[in-house]
Amino acid sequence: MTANEWLPLAVIASSLVPGLAIFALPERRVVLRTALNLLGALAKIVLVATLLAGVAAGEDYAFRYAVLPGIDLAFKVDALALLFVTLSAVLWLFTTLYAIGYLENAPHRSRFFGFFSLCVTATMGIAMAANLFTFFIFYELLTLATFPLVVHRGTPQAMKGGTIYLAYTLIGGTLLLAGIVWLNNLAGHAEFAHGGVLAALSDAPVWQLQAIFLLLIAGVGVKAAIVPLHGWLPRAMVAPAPVSALLHAVAVVKAGAFGIVRIVYEVYGIEFAQSLDLLAPLAVLAAVTIVWGSFRALFQDDLKRRLAFSTVSQVSYIVLGVALFGPIGTVGGLVHLVHQGIMKITLFFCAGNYAETLGIHKVSEMNGAGRRMPLTTLAFSIGALGMMGAPLTAGAISKAWLSDGAAAAGMDWAIWVLWTSSLLNAAYFLPILWRAWFRPAPLAWPEEQIPARGWRETAWLLLLPPLVTAFMILAAGMFAESPGSPLEWAKLIAMREYRQGATLP
Amino acid sequence: MTMLTSGLIFACTGVVLFAMGVAGVVLLDHLLRRILAFNLMGSGAFLVLIGLAQRAGASDPVPQAMVLTGIVVAVAATALALALARRLFALTGGYGLPQSDAKDGDG
Amino acid sequence: MAEPLVWLILLPLAWATGAFLVPARGAWLALGGTAAQLWLAFQLAAKVGAGDTATHAVGGWGAPLGIDLTADGLTALLLILTQFVALPLFVYARAYFAEKSPAFWPLAGFLLAGMNALFLSADLFNIYVTLELVGLAAVGLVAMGGGAQQLAAALRYLFATLVGSGLYLLGVALIYGVYGTVAIETLTPLVAADTPRAVWFAAGLMLVGLMIKTALFPFHYWLPPAPGGAPAPVSALLSALVVKASFYLILRLWLGPFAPLVDVVAWLPALLGSAAIFWGSWRAIRAVRLKALVAWSTVAQLGYLFLIFPLLGSDQLALHAGGMQLVAHGLAKAAMFAAVGVLIQVTGRDTVADVAGVAARLPVTLFAFALAGVTLMGLPPSGGFLAKWLLIEAALVRGRWDMVVVILAGGLLAAVYVFRVLRQAFLLPPSGERRRVERRPVAMLEWTAFALAAASVLVGLRGMEIVRLLGAGA
Repeated sequence: MTANEWLPLAVIASSLVPGLAIFALPERRVVLRTALNLLGALAKIVLVATLLAGVAAGEDYAFRYAVLPGIDLAFKVDALALLFVTLSAVLWLFTTLYAIGYLENAPHRSRFFGFFSLCVTATMGIAMAANLFTFFIFYELLTLATFPLVVHRGTPQAMKGGTIYLAYTLIGGTLLLAGIVWLNNLAGHAEFAHGGVLAALSDAPVWQLQAIFLLLIAGVGVKAAIVPLHGWLPRAMVAPAPVSALLHAVAVVKAGAFGIVRIVYEVYGIEFAQSLDLLAPLAVLAAVTIVWGSFRALFQDDLKRRLAFSTVSQVSYIVLGVALFGPIGTVGGLVHLVHQGIMKITLFFCAGNYAETLGIHKVSEMNGAGRRMPLTTLAFSIGALGMMGAPLTAGAISKAWLSDGAAAAGMDWAIWVLWTSSLLNAAYFLPILWRAWFRPAPLAWPEEQIPARGWRETAWLLLLPPLVTAFMILAAGMFAESPGSPLEWAKLIAMREYRQGATLP
Repeated sequence: MTMLTSGLIFACTGVVLFAMGVAGVVLLDHLLRRILAFNLMGSGAFLVLIGLAQRAGASDPVPQAMVLTGIVVAVAATALALALARRLFALTGGYGLPQSDAKDGDG
Repeated sequence: MAEPLVWLILLPLAWATGAFLVPARGAWLALGGTAAQLWLAFQLAAKVGAGDTATHAVGGWGAPLGIDLTADGLTALLLILTQFVALPLFVYARAYFAEKSPAFWPLAGFLLAGMNALFLSADLFNIYVTLELVGLAAVGLVAMGGGAQQLAAALRYLFATLVGSGLYLLGVALIYGVYGTVAIETLTPLVAADTPRAVWFAAGLMLVGLMIKTALFPFHYWLPPAPGGAPAPVSALLSALVVKASFYLILRLWLGPFAPLVDVVAWLPALLGSAAIFWGSWRAIRAVRLKALVAWSTVAQLGYLFLIFPLLGSDQLALHAGGMQLVAHGLAKAAMFAAVGVLIQVTGRDTVADVAGVAARLPVTLFAFALAGVTLMGLPPSGGFLAKWLLIEAALVRGRWDMVVVILAGGLLAAVYVFRVLRQAFLLPPSGERRRVERRPVAMLEWTAFALAAASVLVGLRGMEIVRLLGAGA
């Protein structure tokens, strides 16, 4: 086996092996467990960096293993895979740090970190899958690995949230499986390739191709929380904060959105999908989701639920970018995959900090939180402004490219959708910022657990991750045009996905 | 119409006996009767085996060997059934099968 | 050993007798013997896979007069499965019974001897004898507990299995009457050439008899009470292996001598199988007791096996699906009963509700249950997933959309009953009065269950080998 074959496997192993080892550890081996976690996370980042350098230099990384005649477990590392791999690997490191701080002295940590690592393993598999079969394997693994995290607290509400989560995702998985087998049966295989593989099947009945598309999108759409398949996301908010961060930014909804990207670009091919009239309905669905999610967020008093509905809306920006037929929209969607991740994870880290430090769970309890926790609130403000698309943040870049993409595709209504959503974002985020910074603090916090020590408003492991990710939001916004930025990488992918070659500004 | 040979008469009788036996095993309640019914069923099958082999005129040794084997199996099964029934009688004082757990067991 | 075929039958007979004579050494004899059998089964598979047909004429008398033993890929697969499941289960049983049940070992030995002989037999009457041997040994195992409920379950099972094999025997008698032979190889061309009405009748009797023994809906009534009352290792053997033996025969006959007859009725087993999936899953979802849940799940999972019959064809997809399902379900169900056995032993209660909070105390066992559940739900990368994938593919090739729906719906229903247990296990343990004295789990029990469950998942990565083996010697 050559290095180019085992590197993708090593990326998977770097979280799988520590995960399995952690399961076997007794609860009290805190130091060893932490060391394993961090070692895995750092090893993964080193491996991913190697891959990044290799792919930029034109190396091919692929691994293949026959499971059944004509059906392979296959990985490939291309630019698109790396976009997601890098995002997840980096955010995993910070989420792990955060979780170590967050769960200090909590019960069942071995189980928690074990499944946590499995989640990331599944995400890596999803990112590097070279065909729908492999994608499906890791997609279902992700469902199984997240369930114990969602129900981690073991309370009846957690069970309810977990059960709803399972019901949605397992039914979604079933639809996806039906679509994949059907496609396999029709096309003989379901490999991912630049420009799509189905164009060769132009003599297949159009209704079949459309029906398969519907099944596949419904299958991955559940995890991407597209309306009306989004019901599980707000309910899954019963999980601990690091899990929410993981669900929203690193793994689950991202896996769904990423699946849509792969299916549209690399299975159907963007041009073939357009010729089958599949993109316009997808764009409408995304638009409805964007507006509906933002609208529902307005009325949530629970901070995490508000953020959850915000995710519903924001993830569909990615879908919208994909569905806008044209390379500029593609860039917008892909870059938002990264930007939404770092912005949303910042917000969830901060929400967790408020809850852990002061016992604040509701927007109405946020009064004066900015004075007690200035650094956290600063990070939260940056994240929120990014979500609104304020200048200098990563969100602004996403929105600019999406709007330009909509204009270039002649879908001016999509621009209005984006503007409406921005206004709604402002409407549900600005009151939070206003309360936090400008309203007087109450006499007593709901449940103050971590006292302030000097500049450290809370435990440093809770404080560091949101500050770093908030910095990343600004960096991705201000240095978007410099080499190696998410935007430049997204441009590289977009150029490869359009077969005629694309020109980008 | 050809005359019924003695072999065919045996075979038809065997099928009737077998059917009666099956009905007995399925429908009867008393364990001993069910065990007897099972033996009736077995005898029916053996009769068919012997009877059909008679048609050629000369008797065929192979089915006779089979029936011998079959009888051994049937005796073993009967012995096991009787042992279980006796044990059940010792425990419950009856020769009927108790109703199985209505919650889960019964189909 | 030159003849794995013969030794696969003689070895278990030998150690069963040994265990009967020297009860104190029963477990060790069984473990050693089964390990050797497993090795022999792999030898046989290698031989068959290399293209040799393995045949042995017992006593030097060949067919049609004598008794032939033969093995092809399907046989080899089932032999491996049987020994592979039995070995960890015996390790489990040794720890489970802790020398208190010496009767287990001889009975288990005769059961294995019967099963191996059944797989290898090449004539219909010899198969009848092995069927009875398997049935009687299994009834003995079920009755082992000695309580009234176990005895009743054993008797119910005994009558079911006797009626089943009786029907089979009558069919064999009719077939002998028509063709004058019971050797499968000789029969196949004869049936293809000429099929009088008596043969149709005989085929019907034999298939129905075997379906009763396989516990296909609506003949499943005896199955849930039988494992429900029996000790965990026995339930596992019964659900994972014994019912597979009669299914193997149905498949053998279907593909062999009865192939010219059965095309027109292929929808019937599939229909019954679908009904089994829905009814079995529904009862599992509603089951109060853990063991009943697992047993009803067996009824449902056996239904999948019968879905393959209308889909059998030259592309072999359905056959591969069936083989994969046999293997995956055998491993998973053994693991699940083993895990449930630990749960019941430790908590002292046997209802699903009593599992609450177990996740924290018995993580290994719960993992075993969950992994086995993954296989039953047909989630990747398990063997059950490959079976489901192949089955859907086979159904699509023949345009059987209705069956695709049944297969997918069955997977979701399985998820409902599996997660019923898992979510209960993750609930916080009830505080206060429910804190009762619990036994500490025996590590050996937990880990053997886990090994079986892990194997049921990992076998999904060995799909190519299974497909290759199924294609060999056929």
